Amino acid sequence: MELVEAIVLSVIAASTPLLLAAAGELVAERSGVLNLGVEGMMIMGAACGFAGAFLTGSTLVGAAFGGAAGAALAAIFALLTLGLAVNQVATGLALTILGVGLSGLIGAGFVGQRIVLAPHLFIPGLTDLPLIGRILFGQDVFVYLSIALVAGIWWFLYRTRGGLVLRAIGDNHASAHALGYPVLKVRLLAVLFGGACAGLAGAYLPLAYTPFFIPGMTAGRGWIALALVVFASWRPLRLAGGAYLFGAVTILQLHAQGLGLGIPSQLMSSLPYLATVVVLVLISRTRATAGSAAPASLGMVFVPDR
Amino acid sequence: MRRFLITAAVAATAIVATGLTAAAADKLKIGLIYLGPVGDFGWTYQHEVGRQGLVKTLGDQVETTYLENVNEGPDAERSIEQLARAGNKLIFTTSFGYMDSTLKVAKKYPNVFFEHATGFKRAPNMSTYSGRFYEGRYIQGMIAAKMSKKGVLGYIGSFPIPEVISGMNATMLGAQTINPDIKVKIIWVNAWFDPGKEADAAKALADQGVDVLMQHTDSPAAMQIAAQRGILAFGQDSDMIKFGPKSQLTAIVDNWEPYYEQRARDVLAGKWKSEDTWGGLKSKLVVMAPYTNMPDDVKALAEKTEAAITNGSLHPFKCPVVDQSGKAVECKGGDHLDDGQILSMNFYVKGVDDKMPGK
Repeated sequence: MELVEAIVLSVIAASTPLLLAAAGELVAERSGVLNLGVEGMMIMGAACGFAGAFLTGSTLVGAAFGGAAGAALAAIFALLTLGLAVNQVATGLALTILGVGLSGLIGAGFVGQRIVLAPHLFIPGLTDLPLIGRILFGQDVFVYLSIALVAGIWWFLYRTRGGLVLRAIGDNHASAHALGYPVLKVRLLAVLFGGACAGLAGAYLPLAYTPFFIPGMTAGRGWIALALVVFASWRPLRLAGGAYLFGAVTILQLHAQGLGLGIPSQLMSSLPYLATVVVLVLISRTRATAGSAAPASLGMVFVPDR
Repeated sequence: MRRFLITAAVAATAIVATGLTAAAADKLKIGLIYLGPVGDFGWTYQHEVGRQGLVKTLGDQVETTYLENVNEGPDAERSIEQLARAGNKLIFTTSFGYMDSTLKVAKKYPNVFFEHATGFKRAPNMSTYSGRFYEGRYIQGMIAAKMSKKGVLGYIGSFPIPEVISGMNATMLGAQTINPDIKVKIIWVNAWFDPGKEADAAKALADQGVDVLMQHTDSPAAMQIAAQRGILAFGQDSDMIKFGPKSQLTAIVDNWEPYYEQRARDVLAGKWKSEDTWGGLKSKLVVMAPYTNMPDDVKALAEKTEAAITNGSLHPFKCPVVDQSGKAVECKGGDHLDDGQILSMNFYVKGVDDKMPGK
């Protein structure tokens, strides 16, 4: 039973950065902006988050630095794609390259330094509960934040006027503009929010996962986050399910190897991706409208006519 | 950074093309291709340490360029060719997966000298070099067997290539001299560098009751997890003691600097030859980090074993070497396996319960 608890804890830890980054990207994409620079914003968040935590000794300051760094990079993206109407795909890819390079530069002075891991919640009595205690009441602040974030995004998108406007802009920016909604302003905010989330997700890695900074430490998690948004067909609750499923398959395949189940490790390493493909196929089979799950204006440049 | 360097390399090519080569001809231009970032604190970091040492000792005689984060694949060939075209006369490609790319480019540029790390393909202008890391692994196996209370070692593997397999086998053979029933749990992460995944694997092993961790991946993530969980571990490629001051038993340190310096001097003196260099503890290409966090008798045993391997009286793969099926492996090197057998090792020794991927 202890092993089960340990596995669940590892799964949650592995899923949290994916969930944070994907949640932010989901909001940006729902507003119609495809930002492929998640990996770059994450690694910038990791570098700046570590720098902040190392210099001040505070996890919260580190997290704030990480979020700010992600948002700063997203601001560059917004300036180019919203302000100057540059192609979003190309800009996003460039943003990743910029982020990877810049984070290496910023982080260079911090390589080899160590910080204290983010503290975990401890409520006497509750955290000591067998099996569920540490899972429910013994996580670090990022885990609770990521869950609150998903719930908040769901509520915002489906239960508020602002969310309705954002979705309308993502589905048809010309109509939304004609109705008088500020398309570019809403998209700017959505992109900045997505950047802050990606930065926070990146900061999670050095602050709460492996407490040191190494260039390139996000190792492709930004791309997985992007895939998760598609996997979730742009819905926040499915996104949470997808992130935890992905984390679970990743961790379980490691445990299966350790237990010597004799399944080829190459196959097991590809399981999370195979699972993604299978679920995508299932979704598109069961939903008649699968093709239209994406926001209709996703990735399209909008230049307001006067 | 990499893009910048490539751009720089392209710019340099342009200069060469316009005929400004004479001025730079006195300096030996040396290029290096790295798999990971120079700050990985493992494999790539040690190559970078070697390059810096080379620059320090040879100073004005050399000019070095490196490209980091170069993927094994089409990217590698392009990057190696960039370096060759930019006028580098000596090029080090520092990962097994660059083997075929290096060979291809070497054939195109017969006047450039290539040095490929850890591979087995050579050409008149392409040498190979590697470390006998298995020598260090044998010592680690003995220490691990002494220090493990449960008799279960955890091993994080990157890819099932001969270098990694021979390391695992040497570990087991060393461990079996202490505890014949020693067990090993192997997890392949199918990556050289992914700190998060390496940490996940380390956690999984710790959760399954392993009390001594070993890794053949490139970041100190596993050491960090060992430190968190209060278990023991070995550093890989470089001394990782600061990531686990109370956890690191020792580490295999790759010491490339003397080799890089020697090869550069050979080119400068015009006597570079294509050869295969495989140095171990004796030639100090492989160095053991200080033995820490262990009782004196284990330390003494480790030092004794290290001395025996160094002076050649002990070979980690001394015959008979018995494979998983219980069959003794053919002994081509007299009283031990020969280098070819170790370099192409694709079997587990007896005592490894795991099934090799792809077999």
